[in-house]
Amino acid sequence: MSPLPAPFADWFAARGWQVHPHQAQMLARRDEKALLLIAPTGGGKTLAGFLPSLVELADGHEGLHTLYVSPLKALAADIRRNLRTPVEEMGLPIRVEDRTGDTSYTQKRRQRADPPQILLTTPESLALLTSYEDAPRIFAGLKRVVVDEIHALAESKRGDQLMLALARLETLCPGLRRVGLSATVEDPPALARFLAPHPDPCTVLQADPGPPPDIAMLRTKAPPPWSGGGGTYAMAEVLDQIRRHRITLIFHNTRAQAEIFFHALWMANEDDLPIGIHHGSLDRAQRERVEQAMVEGRLRAVVCTGSLDLGIDWGDVDLVIQVGAPKNVKRLVQRIGRANHRYNAPSKALLVPANRFEVVECEAALEAVRDHDLDGEPRGPGPRDVLCQQILIAACAGPFHADTLFTEVRRAGPYAALTRDAFDACLDFAATGGYALRAYDQWQRLKQAPDGRWQLRDPRASQLIRMNIGTIQDSDMLKVRMRGAGKPLGEVEESFAASLTPGDTFLMGGRIVRYEGLREMTVEVSRDPGRKPKVAVFSGTKFATSTQLSARILRMFRQADWPELPDHTAQWLALQRQVSRLPEPGRLLVESFPHDGREHLCVYGFAGRNAMQTLGLLLTKRMEETGLAPLGFVATDYATLVWGLDRVPDPAPLFAPEALREGLEGWLAGNAVMKRTFRASATIAGLILRNTPQARKTGRQATFSSDILYDTLLRYDPGHLLLDITREEAMRGLIDFARLEEMTARIAGRIDHLRLSRVSPLAAPLFLEVGKVPVDGAARARLEAEEATRLMQAAGLA
Amino acid sequence: MRHHDFTFHGARLRALASGALHWPEQGLLCVSDLHLGKAERQARRGGSVLPPYEVTDTLTRLQDVIEATRPETVLCLGDSFDDAAAAQALSQDHRLWLTRLQAGRRWIWIEGNHDPGPLDLGGSHLSSLGLGPLTFRHIAEPEALAEVSGHYHPKAPLRGRARPAFLLDGARLILPAFGTYTGGLRSRDPALRRLMQPGALALLTGPALHVIPMPR
Repeated sequence: MSPLPAPFADWFAARGWQVHPHQAQMLARRDEKALLLIAPTGGGKTLAGFLPSLVELADGHEGLHTLYVSPLKALAADIRRNLRTPVEEMGLPIRVEDRTGDTSYTQKRRQRADPPQILLTTPESLALLTSYEDAPRIFAGLKRVVVDEIHALAESKRGDQLMLALARLETLCPGLRRVGLSATVEDPPALARFLAPHPDPCTVLQADPGPPPDIAMLRTKAPPPWSGGGGTYAMAEVLDQIRRHRITLIFHNTRAQAEIFFHALWMANEDDLPIGIHHGSLDRAQRERVEQAMVEGRLRAVVCTGSLDLGIDWGDVDLVIQVGAPKNVKRLVQRIGRANHRYNAPSKALLVPANRFEVVECEAALEAVRDHDLDGEPRGPGPRDVLCQQILIAACAGPFHADTLFTEVRRAGPYAALTRDAFDACLDFAATGGYALRAYDQWQRLKQAPDGRWQLRDPRASQLIRMNIGTIQDSDMLKVRMRGAGKPLGEVEESFAASLTPGDTFLMGGRIVRYEGLREMTVEVSRDPGRKPKVAVFSGTKFATSTQLSARILRMFRQADWPELPDHTAQWLALQRQVSRLPEPGRLLVESFPHDGREHLCVYGFAGRNAMQTLGLLLTKRMEETGLAPLGFVATDYATLVWGLDRVPDPAPLFAPEALREGLEGWLAGNAVMKRTFRASATIAGLILRNTPQARKTGRQATFSSDILYDTLLRYDPGHLLLDITREEAMRGLIDFARLEEMTARIAGRIDHLRLSRVSPLAAPLFLEVGKVPVDGAARARLEAEEATRLMQAAGLA
Repeated sequence: MRHHDFTFHGARLRALASGALHWPEQGLLCVSDLHLGKAERQARRGGSVLPPYEVTDTLTRLQDVIEATRPETVLCLGDSFDDAAAAQALSQDHRLWLTRLQAGRRWIWIEGNHDPGPLDLGGSHLSSLGLGPLTFRHIAEPEALAEVSGHYHPKAPLRGRARPAFLLDGARLILPAFGTYTGGLRSRDPALRRLMQPGALALLTGPALHVIPMPR
């Protein structure tokens, strides 16, 4: 007997469909307060989420019934099209509409006055909706919320903001039920706690994961290079794979690498196979063209980044190629799932290590996939900058009691453990700025009315607050246009644009373009017939290799030999063992050796790129203080190489945990990473307004840099909430001190210092790494003076 | 370099790394665009409430440069206050501080677009000032010669880092903003490219002063 009511059973039967067990379960358990469904792509996950709504709505419903939230606008639009089929064919009395940043003003107004039964939206648009005074009326009658791709949302502050918005909806609609739809994750109960209103339980449903993926390393004629990324050495073999499959997705870890690879692929593409490129820096219209061409089956391959990690079923993808080490097993598994969106058919994927070390990492990742050993760093508590914004959003909707809002916020999973003190500090910040010097008594943002409720002092402020809702940081991107034609190509980071001088060339959308100039916050370029671009370094989102994957690599090093690795890599490891030794899980290997007239220290910390970078900064700072004259360092996911004038006789004291922590405190304050982190948090918390009605109207005297605010706070108000938030964020994020502490705990003082007469095999590739960091200070000042002199001489002015 | 000495229409001037201009022979110190009270004005208008330390910081730096140069005249080249109400809203401490800085010297407020009209703080108020061969005014006039102005908050990059900068050519000198909460306009902006002649220089301020050809 079908678990479906009559019209649905007939409709399924007419299409020759069978209800998947997890779809039936979702329907059967639809009265539960919270459900988390974990299913592979192509498993009818979205329908499983909507089926209960469609069934309930079959009998008619006045107003909003189901809210669907996805991380992508495109996904909302796609779902709207997909839902149209069952709604129309079964003649259901359901209106389905989407509401995103792209929705027209009139449409949005109409939706507020007369909401559809099913509204599809994004976390930002939802937060905005909850900020309206008439939110209680808009959401009256809301029964269900479906959160799609919740695994992706939970990895960023967008997820925290969404959970706060859902806590708000919970207050407005006490019977609300929520459903989360997720790809495979390492810790389903943690994700369930994130989703459910605290302290309510949440049932986790697991769909059949389907057959294991068909995944291997791509074998190539040429061995991978010793260092670097990009994987262009494998071009011939990749082209061959594209020829042998219908549609291939070629994932890269960074946009710059995707551009370089695409360019090289295009040069080698003698059969003129239709190949596209897709990444987050390309103009939306360009991305949509590629997406459309894929859906229509007009492309054989797409070179892409995380921009295609989520979302829509892109036609008949039958092969996924991951170029560069996956860094993280969970993301690899999710990417592999992009191939073969048909249930019960194995996904096919190939890994292309970009350099010799990545061969080892790729092999470790393959084993982890086989063992279903997914990684992931545990989520920290809900970030306070997002809470600050939520307090402002609440104030836009109307006056509130602090007690009530505190109770509501704690219903959100990420904020379940929030203390009253922390909440009050955020409220104080939102109201007065929270400065040690009590200022602005007259001009507070929020004021307490005689009845004790908090409200906006100036109701007009709500417009500014609403314009700045959201947690996505894209404020430092500049548009790129063709000069004259005015055609938008995409965007680059402002810092990248600032590094360009007219005549420089870089890659954009697979084309070499020439930088012409900056015009009203737009980068103007022209076509360049040249063949050698200046490397595009925009948007280098660099993931660090996960803790679990690093541990797996260290375990692999213990093997007597490595039959699973290609010969070139196995021989490399064997040679390292012969002339030095291989790093071990519970110990820290430190090599020192002279090379090219300099002393070198190589530390195999295996703590991931960000932490190893921090280690480099801390080590060189300490070496500077103790007169060891460091000149610079370079860091990768597995090691930090420091060079200097003097030999380090005993490196052990450099790694004492207290010494590292002490160094961190002193070094942290003036650090560029801190300033970047501060800017993000200050923007989210509402101190820096990204969008104002006047902004960019004049283009003059643009708002001063957030660095000035950071420096001012550090000097006059070092205990300020935002500095505290910044420190906390940086420790987990770019500085990743947590993993350094994990490293020092893991090695527990067991440091093996090997003095070698020359560079070891494992250290050699580090010399080829880009991103060397000079030790700052007097050196930079001298370089600047030299540069100024050079410029003046070149201009004939000196 | 802590400063850069140059001769401008016969006047021997010294651009300081702090962003102030010193004319030793006249005993004159000139600073532009202090924008005191900017944070107060933004809060008043319902914007965010910025750290309320910017007046203290600007005055501290102004005091440092006054102590270092001991000028007979201090010339504030316009937009000294973010608006008239911000000037009114200065705390008693900050008013006294200004009075102390003014003691024993001439103090001239040039009017800016943010702060037209006189203020009830010591010193005299002028729309512009002619001194020796030079004319000091807030906003540069395209045809002017031997002119010193502010207003644009110019900045220019060196090794990828943008810094507030003096812009100098044969006709004019434009000062960087001295105020703590002030942004900048790139020298590549058409407004500045139009104003400055070919061969103009940018004098970058910061920890040290660097002279480069004005980036266009």
